[in-house]
Amino acid sequence: MNYVALSWLDLAAAAVLIIINGVLSFTLRLGLERSIAIAALRMLVQLGAIGFVLKFIFDQSSPLVTAAFALVMVGVAGHEALARQEARIGGWAAYGIGAGTLFCVGLVATVYSMTVIIGPEPWYDPRYLLPILGMILGNSLTGVALVLNAVTQAARRERAAIEARLALGETRFEATSGVIVHAVKTGMMPILNAMAAAGVVTLPGMMTGQILAGVDPVEAAKYQIMIMFVISAATALGVMLAAIGGAWLITDSRHRLRLELLQLV
Amino acid sequence: MLRVEKLKVGGLPPLSFEVAKGECMSIEGPSGSGKTRLLRAIADLDDAPGYVFLEGVERREMPAPQWRRQVRYLAAEPGWWAATPREHFPASVDRGKLGRLLDSVGLEDSLLDQPIGQLSTGERLRLALVRGLIDEPRVLLLDEPTGALDQQSRALVDELIRFQLLADRVVLLVSHDSVEIERLADQRLQLGDTGRGVSSAQPAVNGSAK
Repeated sequence: MNYVALSWLDLAAAAVLIIINGVLSFTLRLGLERSIAIAALRMLVQLGAIGFVLKFIFDQSSPLVTAAFALVMVGVAGHEALARQEARIGGWAAYGIGAGTLFCVGLVATVYSMTVIIGPEPWYDPRYLLPILGMILGNSLTGVALVLNAVTQAARRERAAIEARLALGETRFEATSGVIVHAVKTGMMPILNAMAAAGVVTLPGMMTGQILAGVDPVEAAKYQIMIMFVISAATALGVMLAAIGGAWLITDSRHRLRLELLQLV
Repeated sequence: MLRVEKLKVGGLPPLSFEVAKGECMSIEGPSGSGKTRLLRAIADLDDAPGYVFLEGVERREMPAPQWRRQVRYLAAEPGWWAATPREHFPASVDRGKLGRLLDSVGLEDSLLDQPIGQLSTGERLRLALVRGLIDEPRVLLLDEPTGALDQQSRALVDELIRFQLLADRVVLLVSHDSVEIERLADQRLQLGDTGRGVSSAQPAVNGSAK
């Protein structure tokens, strides 16, 4: 592969652009210079650090180190899924639903991609595994967060209908089936849009990256197609698990709707 | 047939009473006195300490859906989840029975295929009653079943309730209509005005009017 490597001086040249932003903000009294400086510094430290961390993991190429880093990614994704809720259920149950769903989806989709589809040597080669897991988690996370939000919102809106169905003797999953279907549709929307727009409206990030790194555009497109299939399947699975999990969370074992367990945040 | 023992609902003192087959008990009290909460607790829609027995079997001894198929709570404001009333009935519903029930509360069959949103409050209330009676639950917990009805529909619904009592069902009736209560109730339960005041089950004055 042939690509133009960036020197530290090149990065400094890019940083000049953001410094110009800061100076503009200062002279025009926009009051943004502080926010710009903090955001830019955070980005610099986070990306710089992850570069070194990934380099270390790739050099080790150890299954244990790779698995440990993958688990950290799942944990952070689970936390993110909950942080985006308007109403949440206290305690570990909700975190368990979010993180548990992402763990199942990430494990199944990543292992399938690595062994059946890509097949690097060794199969857990972190250079492939971690970016693929990241893309799966990133998209599933959006879906799961949307679904949990849709379940709690729809349940509050449809309370009378759900309770009427429970009173008629339906089980908690029968009575919330309308809510579950609505939530799954909501959760699938972003990935369906992303697939429909890919290549026409947007050039997906991974494909862009590979092209910059010197990969033949047709080969990059093939990789992107593979990834789109994997992440949409993973998102669909995660969205369905999370919708059922969400319905389980807002009801109890006596098939009652327990909206009082929701805390508005 | 329906026996309630030391049921703790909200701020009320523990309630105990028994209603026999074919009998109706009215539940009275001002707004906020816990009438709806009591019915919901009996249907096991809300958690409440204490016991509710149907022919000697406590509610916790069976799955909640099975309990609610026999002990049916009908809300004052019924909920709907599909576009037309027909979709709220099982596909296997006995058409003849459905037609007779609709007829008994003065509703046309054609109403079943109209959008829910286009029906009047009174029509929806009566449709909910039909939906709740079609599978013949043994205990009916009726939360103001005639509250939003005109005089004529009210008489039809009262007639239907009386018919349910003749079929040996148990009826618990929340109502603000003293005429309706005197016509139907064999017992009256009074809930206190603060929610913790006296509550008593006593025979109705004109209890055997039916």
